[in-house]
Amino acid sequence: MARKLLLTHINVPGINTFDVYRSKGGYASVEKALKTMSPDEIVEEVKKSGLRGRGGAGFPTGMKWSFLAKPEGVARYLVCNADESEPGTFKDRYLMTNIPHLLIEGMIVASFALGAKTSYIYVRGEMMPQIRILERAIAEAKNAGFLGKNILGTGYDLELYVQPGGGAYICGEETALLESLEGKRGNPRIKPPFPAIAGLYGCPTVVNNVESIAAVVPIINEGGEEYAKIGLGRSTGTKLISAGGNVKNPGVYEIDLGLPVEEFLYSDEFCGGIANGKRLKAVVAGGSSVPILPANLFLKTINNEPRLMSYESLSDGGFVSGTMLGSGGFIAYDEDQCIVRNTWNFTRFYHHESCGQCSPCREGTGWMEKVLHRLEHGHGKMSDMDLLVDVSKKIEGNTICPLGDAAAWPVASAIRHFRDEFEWHVTNGAEAVTRNFGLAHYADPLPKKEETVA
Amino acid sequence: MSVKVTIDGIPVEVEPGTTILNAARQIGGDIVPPAMCYYSKLEGSGGKCRTCLVKVSKGSEKDPRPMPKLVASCRTTVMDGMEVQNITSPEVIEARKGIVEILLLNHPLDCPVCDQAGECDLQNLGYEHGAAKTRYEFDRRTFEKIDIGDKIQLHMTRCILCYRCVFTADQITDHRIHGILNRGDHSEISTYITAAVDNDFSGNVIDVCPVGALTDKTFRFKNRVWFTKPVDAHRDCDHEKCNGKVTLWYKGEEVLRVTARKDKYGEVEEFICNTCRFDKKQTSDWVIEGPRKISHHSVISSNHYEFKPLPVVKTNPVLMEANKEQFERDTRL
Repeated sequence: MARKLLLTHINVPGINTFDVYRSKGGYASVEKALKTMSPDEIVEEVKKSGLRGRGGAGFPTGMKWSFLAKPEGVARYLVCNADESEPGTFKDRYLMTNIPHLLIEGMIVASFALGAKTSYIYVRGEMMPQIRILERAIAEAKNAGFLGKNILGTGYDLELYVQPGGGAYICGEETALLESLEGKRGNPRIKPPFPAIAGLYGCPTVVNNVESIAAVVPIINEGGEEYAKIGLGRSTGTKLISAGGNVKNPGVYEIDLGLPVEEFLYSDEFCGGIANGKRLKAVVAGGSSVPILPANLFLKTINNEPRLMSYESLSDGGFVSGTMLGSGGFIAYDEDQCIVRNTWNFTRFYHHESCGQCSPCREGTGWMEKVLHRLEHGHGKMSDMDLLVDVSKKIEGNTICPLGDAAAWPVASAIRHFRDEFEWHVTNGAEAVTRNFGLAHYADPLPKKEETVA
Repeated sequence: MSVKVTIDGIPVEVEPGTTILNAARQIGGDIVPPAMCYYSKLEGSGGKCRTCLVKVSKGSEKDPRPMPKLVASCRTTVMDGMEVQNITSPEVIEARKGIVEILLLNHPLDCPVCDQAGECDLQNLGYEHGAAKTRYEFDRRTFEKIDIGDKIQLHMTRCILCYRCVFTADQITDHRIHGILNRGDHSEISTYITAAVDNDFSGNVIDVCPVGALTDKTFRFKNRVWFTKPVDAHRDCDHEKCNGKVTLWYKGEEVLRVTARKDKYGEVEEFICNTCRFDKKQTSDWVIEGPRKISHHSVISSNHYEFKPLPVVKTNPVLMEANKEQFERDTRL
C-alpha cells in the first residue's frame, strides 16, 4: 500500500468542508508555521524536502522561493497556477474538487514564507465548479480566522482570491498567467526578467502549481527531511499521477516517486493493467507534451533497466529513448490505438492553443496539423514524415515560451518510434481512413504482467 | 564602465544593458542579425519574429557556459566576456532559414503588385536567408478587407504579426484603437469595432510595418518605389512632436509620397505627423536638402550601388569564409 500525504483523507465524507478537514488535523501546518517558524525556516524546510515543481518542469520549489527578490516597500505575490489544461492531466482538478482546504492551507503557509500579503489562485475558466468550491472554502477559512487580518493572532495578514481565467492553455505558462491575471491578453512575456524579479504588477512573484503548494503542508507537518526520505534520489516525495487512456482503472493516484512503472501500470492498486485484456502499445508518461514511448522502451530503459516513475528514470536516454515525468498525465494506449490519429489530435490541440505571438509556433503548429490531417485521412506522402520532423525541429527551442517545444516533441517522438505506422498510413490510405486504428505489432513484447500479479 | 562582447570573432565594447543586436549594429556589416519585429524606437518591441536568433557560445567571463538554446538577440542583453555566433554558426543559419520559411507560409508572394515591394524587410530577408522553394502545399490564410480609415490601407493577408504598429499606436499616438484579435494563426490586426485609425500620428504605422500590410492610400498603385527619386526635405511643422524632417519621393516634378527618414536598418529617425505625410505634396511646401542616400542592399538603389567593404571582415579568416557569398557579390559589382 503506497503511503498518502496529499490524499490521506480523500475518502472521508465531507472532507471538502472546513469542520471535517479541521477535525482530521487540517490547518496544523498553518499553526506550526505561523507560530513557531520564521519565513526563512519554512523556505529552508522546503529546500530540505527536495520538492520539485509538480506542474511539469520539475524545478526545485525551495530554490525557486529563495530566488524571490525582496526589495523594501514592494509587494510580493504568490500565485497558484490552477490552469491545468494539459491533455491527459487532471490531478489538480481532482485535488481542488475533493480537498480544497489542502490547497488553501498550503497557500497560507507558502504566502507566509514568501512574505506575500495578497495571493491568487488562478483557475482555468472552464472549471466553474472548482472555482465555487474554492471560494466557499476560502470563506470558511476566513470565518475560522485562518485568512484575513491578524491570522491566529500572529499579526500576519493574508487575502486570498480565486481568479477565473479565460480558458486558454497558454495561460498555464507562468508569465502568460500573470499577464492574464493583470487583465491583459494571455501572451507569454519574454524572459528575462523572470517573475521572481518582476512578476505580477511588476512585483516579485512566485508561481507554483496546485500540487506543489499542497505538498508544502506535509513538508511542514512532518519536516523536510522526513519528506525527502520518500522517493528516490533527486525525485523526492509523492506525486499525483492522473492515469487515463486504455488502463483498467483510470483515476488519480498518489505514488511514491521511484515506483517501477510496471507496478504502477499493472498492479491492481493503481492502473490494474490494460483494459479488455489488450496488450500495451505505447505510453505518454507526463501529459501530451512529453515524448511518446513504445511499450518496450517505456517498461525498460535502453540499458535494460526497469523504468521507474521518477524524473531521472523517465528521462533516462534523453529524447531518443526516454521521455519526461512532466505533469503526471499518464496515458496508456492499447494495441488498437492509432498513433497517427493520436499525434494529429495532440497537434490539433497545440495549433488551436498557440497564442500567435511568435512566428515558429503560430505558423509551424498549423503546418504540422495540416500535414498530420493529410496523413490521417489517407492523402499522405512518404516525404511527409521527414517534413514533420524538420518542421518540429524548426519550432523546438526557437519560441518565446515552451508551448513550441510541447507541440514539437509529440510529433518528433511519434515519428521516431512509430515511423512504420506513419508509412502504413501512406501506403494503405483507404484502409487507414476506414479502420482508424493502427498497426498492432508494437504490442507489449514482455509477458503480460496482469496474470502474474493476479 | 563598458562590457566587452565578441560577435562572430569581432570584439566590441558596449554600454551595460545593450542588447546583442545593438552591439552587433555597432560593428555593422553582415554580422548584424536581421530583425522583423524589433524596432529600436519602440519600447518593448522585439522577441516575436525570431529571425534574430543567435547562438551564445560563451555566456560571460564569470559563467562561461554556453546558453542551451538559441536566443533572440534583440531582447538578450550582453554580459562581460560574452561570445556570440551569428553567421559563423551553421545552427543559426539553419534556424533562420526555417524561420524565413515559416514567416512566408501565409505571406502571399504578391511582390509584383505589392506597394511595399522594393522596401520590404521580408523580401530582403527572404532573399538573404530563405530557400528558393517552399514545402508548404496548403491553401494560404486569407482575410476579408477591413476598412480602417481614409489614409491607411490594411492588407491583413500580408501581415506577419510583428506587433510594431500596435506598439507605435500605443507609444506614439494619443490613443490606440487597433490591436490583435484571436489566437494562433487566426490572429489578425483589427480596429475596435470598425473604428478608423485617424489619430494625427497614425501614419507612422505605415513606416514601421516591415511588410505591405499597412500602406499609404495616397500612394497606392501610383508607382513603384524604384522608379521614384527620394529627396530629403524639411519644413517648419507646427505639430509639437513633429520636426518636419522627411523624405519626398518624386516622379518627375510630382511628389508622390512623403515618408519619415529611415536609417540603414529601415527604422525611422523621427516620427512625423499626418499633415506632413499626407497633406504636403507640393515642392513649395518644403525646403529641399538634397538627394537621399539609399542602402546598396535595397532594390531601390539598383544600378547605382555603393560599395563599402568592411575593413574588419578582411582580417578575420572565419568571417571571410562565412562572408564568402557577400565577397563574391561585392567583387562582381
